[in-house]
Amino acid sequence: MAMTATVEHADPHHLGRAVEHAGPAPKHIVTAYGFWIFLLSDIVMFSCFFAAYAVLVHQVADGPKGAEIFDLRNVAVETICLLLSSFACGMASIAADLRNRLWFYLSMTVTCVLGLAFLAMEFREFADLVSRGYGPSRSAFLTAFFSLVGCHGLHVSAGVLWLLTMMAQVFAKGFRADIMRRMTCFALFWHALDIIWVAVFSVVYLLGGAA
Amino acid sequence: MNLLDPQGPVAAANATILVDSVFIMLVIVVPTIIAILAFAWWFRASSQQARYQPNFVYSGRVEMVVWSIPALTVILLGGVAWIGSHKLDPAAPVPGTGAPIRIQAVSLDWKWLFIYPDQRIATVNTLTVPAGAELKFQLTSSSVMNVFYIPQLGSMIYTMNGMVTKLNLRADNEGKLLGLSAHFSGDGFPDMMFDVNVVSPVAFPDWVAATARSDSVLDQETYTKLMEQSVEKGRPTYRLEDPRLFDLIATQHIPPGPGPQISSNAGRQGSGAQDAR
Amino acid sequence: MLGKLDWSAIPFGQPIPLVAGAVVLVAILAVLAWVVIRGHLPYLWSEWITSVDHKRIGVMYILLASVMLLRGGSDAIMMRIQQAIAYQSAGYLPPEHYNQIFSAHGTIMIFFVAMPFVIGLMNLVVPLQLGVRDVAFPTLNSVGFWLTATGALLVNLSLVIGEFARTGWLAFPPLSGLTYSPGVGVDYYAWALQISGVGTLVAGINLVTTVLKLRTKGMSYLRMPMFCWTTLASNLLIVAAFPILTATLAMLLLDRYLGFHFFTNEAGGNVMMFMNLIWAWGHPEVYILVLPAFGIYSEVVSTFSGKPLFGYRSMVLATMAICVVSFMVWLHHFFTMGAGPDVNAIFGIASMIIAIPTGVKIYNWLFTMYGGRIRFATPMLWSIGFMVTFIIGGLTGVLLAVPPADFQLHNSMFLVAHFHNVIIGGVLFGAFAGFEYWFPKAFGFRLSERWGKVAFWFTFTGFFVTFMPLYIVGMLGMTRRMQHYDVAAWRPWMIVAAFGMLLLCIGVISQIVQLVVSIRNREALRDRTGDPWDGRSLEWATSSPPPVFNFAFYPDVRGEDAYWAMKQHAKEQLERREPEYRDIEMPRNSPTGFICAFFATVMGFSLIWHIWWLVIVGGLGAFTTFVVFAWRDHDEYVIPAAEVAKIDRANIEERRNLVSMAGGV
Repeated sequence: MAMTATVEHADPHHLGRAVEHAGPAPKHIVTAYGFWIFLLSDIVMFSCFFAAYAVLVHQVADGPKGAEIFDLRNVAVETICLLLSSFACGMASIAADLRNRLWFYLSMTVTCVLGLAFLAMEFREFADLVSRGYGPSRSAFLTAFFSLVGCHGLHVSAGVLWLLTMMAQVFAKGFRADIMRRMTCFALFWHALDIIWVAVFSVVYLLGGAA
Repeated sequence: MNLLDPQGPVAAANATILVDSVFIMLVIVVPTIIAILAFAWWFRASSQQARYQPNFVYSGRVEMVVWSIPALTVILLGGVAWIGSHKLDPAAPVPGTGAPIRIQAVSLDWKWLFIYPDQRIATVNTLTVPAGAELKFQLTSSSVMNVFYIPQLGSMIYTMNGMVTKLNLRADNEGKLLGLSAHFSGDGFPDMMFDVNVVSPVAFPDWVAATARSDSVLDQETYTKLMEQSVEKGRPTYRLEDPRLFDLIATQHIPPGPGPQISSNAGRQGSGAQDAR
Repeated sequence: MLGKLDWSAIPFGQPIPLVAGAVVLVAILAVLAWVVIRGHLPYLWSEWITSVDHKRIGVMYILLASVMLLRGGSDAIMMRIQQAIAYQSAGYLPPEHYNQIFSAHGTIMIFFVAMPFVIGLMNLVVPLQLGVRDVAFPTLNSVGFWLTATGALLVNLSLVIGEFARTGWLAFPPLSGLTYSPGVGVDYYAWALQISGVGTLVAGINLVTTVLKLRTKGMSYLRMPMFCWTTLASNLLIVAAFPILTATLAMLLLDRYLGFHFFTNEAGGNVMMFMNLIWAWGHPEVYILVLPAFGIYSEVVSTFSGKPLFGYRSMVLATMAICVVSFMVWLHHFFTMGAGPDVNAIFGIASMIIAIPTGVKIYNWLFTMYGGRIRFATPMLWSIGFMVTFIIGGLTGVLLAVPPADFQLHNSMFLVAHFHNVIIGGVLFGAFAGFEYWFPKAFGFRLSERWGKVAFWFTFTGFFVTFMPLYIVGMLGMTRRMQHYDVAAWRPWMIVAAFGMLLLCIGVISQIVQLVVSIRNREALRDRTGDPWDGRSLEWATSSPPPVFNFAFYPDVRGEDAYWAMKQHAKEQLERREPEYRDIEMPRNSPTGFICAFFATVMGFSLIWHIWWLVIVGGLGAFTTFVVFAWRDHDEYVIPAAEVAKIDRANIEERRNLVSMAGGV
């Protein structure tokens, strides 16, 4: 009697046998999963800046249009830098997995240098525009352009800072489990920035440059 | 200002929809509230009659009903919403007797400017209209957002700088009504109430003629003065110098209002409405 | 050196904020002095401030919410009094002060009362219900809490240094732009929300990961308690919506600080974009708050009816449906902006569609009560009070979703009454129900039922007396945020509303009395079994308060209502051979959150006052804190098996006594 009551209670909604859940996931999965969710939220934030750009792109207020100020060759080099840095970052991940310090430092350094090169080129582009009087206060279009591209640039800067911290950590502590988890997150972050750049490149520079 | 005492067709139609929707929902809501209280009382732990059914946790039929009741209500109300939105679109024409009256409303900090381009006159904080005629409003703002609203005539609409919104209304009965701004716009906001005088179609031309004899002229200069933050207690009227004034405002040829005077204290801004009373 | 900050920032000319600020300051100093003199500081530091225990953090969230509820409530009292006396007179609050008060009231109640209250309850309960030992990221959890506290601190700081926004709780440009709000008020508002928004996002990511990845053995999705489901839905919304708020406020700040043109009148800025963006966050925000409350009601109604939740699968479906649809309705907040009839109608109907799953929830609670044995304990009273109140709020909500009706009621007092109806009747009642329900779990003793009921009845009646008049003045054309008015017909209703406010105050005071009385009688109210309400989910399977590790073993879940099922065969469980206890690793406490929030406060304050060097100091400090945290070698400590065994045996002993006293099942 007591037994039947128990059985009914165990599955009151007649769901049948559910797939057995094995219990809490291990730490490295949890960490990466959480970071993925953070990246999604970051992408939502970028999408707001994309939306703002789409709304304001034609509000040039008698200032320059996109096609007049974009230097596509510069942007192409920037893109190559970032894509290559992503490759180098992937190499660093593999090196970390193999516990190979030399290759890890080497790949991370290449990633860092390429990231800095990207930032330098972006900074030069911004400085040039501002010096010509086309700063973000010139028009709503330039506001949206500087914010969207600048937001990505800020992310890359934060990424470089993180990268250097990461290298210092490996130098000081070695490939410890918690450091490896952070390395996974860093790699995810760096690749996500690449994906966002592809969107920036297409929406801002390619579409804007053509118009 | 009772919404259920409409003085024009738009307000009347809005009110009808409002009341109808409430009744449609009450049909569901009242029995549900009664059922909540009744179930709670009947199945109280101390009750002798109620049967304890700890295994009553699923019933396909009940589920069917509980999904369909709100769904059907929403389908019905969705129809009301769809038809209502189209019929009562603020920009839809509201035919009336006689020639439509064009009125260009500008929300200023913190007063309303009404321009009658065809009559070449303008008023502040008082709107005079003939009963029965279609009122075609074009609206914009000199600075921040406001909402133009005459509760007993119906639908409200936003005013925004650099943009023109459209609203058509009609007042059916002569009398005095009140209008207001329904979007907070700063310290003088509560003083943005304005009088609405609905006069007979015969008296309207007389009023226009009287106003046109005003000594004050509304041109860019007077307008720039009006734009400064202040509360207007009087009801000034103007002759209109340039009938394109509204377009100059709406297209930002006249730049937006200046905002508060910069006080010496950067942390706490002063109030332009301090002398409101 | 100090940017815009000088002595004129302190409102010597305005007695009300100055006195209020002084009182708060004295109170804080008194509490601090007491803590230091009595030697509680080390305890406070090591057990609470640096704690990464989800239960402690949950309690601190709720404490923050309760304190801020008093602040927001004081604002409400001042507003009701002002509107009751400001008929054909200026009242006692000048506009620049009144406008700060309603802006602060909205901001505080949403961001620093409702949010921390529900996040606190989720933090406290969800890991227990899932049968695990902590959330996914314990230290980040602490960071999230302290960043929220930073935001609250900045808002309160504006009381005595400078001013708060005078723009309403959503700070619409261009009014909130630099031209029309040159003071620091909007900066206080925006930075407080930016910093606490980061905290909320962290909490959201943490709880989503916890629910999705940390569940005990056998706890498959469809066996989770309803509160876990609503937590999941609510935090998914946080993850998807809060970045929108962050981006929008960032744009507003760029406009204000660097002369950008997102929302300005000049150079092609677009204020309608702000409306769209802010409500794309703002509407999901409503459901972020109310979904966890729905979860609480589900737990409470089921427990106090002595039945499993009726239509569990429907409830799950309804929750997730609300979660998705809530992102598709934001435009109903500005039907009157002149979008075309098609757009208005589509968004109106979409908004109504949310009423379907919400209605289903009400009916499912109704049928949970059907055939139950209902005990009218305080949490159940709040739940029934909620059902009645919320239906009325739902009715007016659907009414406002009909565009032509909204054309008459938008921004009116009717709207004010509607959202207080759903936020007080939905979120706050739920928070109170959860507070009464889980208090014994958190502290090991129950709250006084008598004072709980007094609080309920005063709050319940007070709500109706305050807000029904607001519905009526809304129908009489009164718009919101009026510092004074000349319309005679509105006056009597405003006086009635002020009287209702008095009843609400008595309700809140009763709750404080309840807390004091219960703490004094805590021995009599002691919950020795860990299961004071005859509960159904796993949080009741451990002692009250739970040990730091929650469960000596990960419970093995074999169905819904996991703990109820266990109780069904409690005897065999208790008689089985004692298992072999193992060492448990728990995360070590860390001051990271507190220190990080300290630097965030410094940074926020100096950004508000343009003290640029201090901004850099704050930023470097926060970064250094994280590096130091990342550098530590041991992030866990071990609780030895013997210790675990001792704690667990004591708990089992209490339960065994209970079972033998009750004579078996």
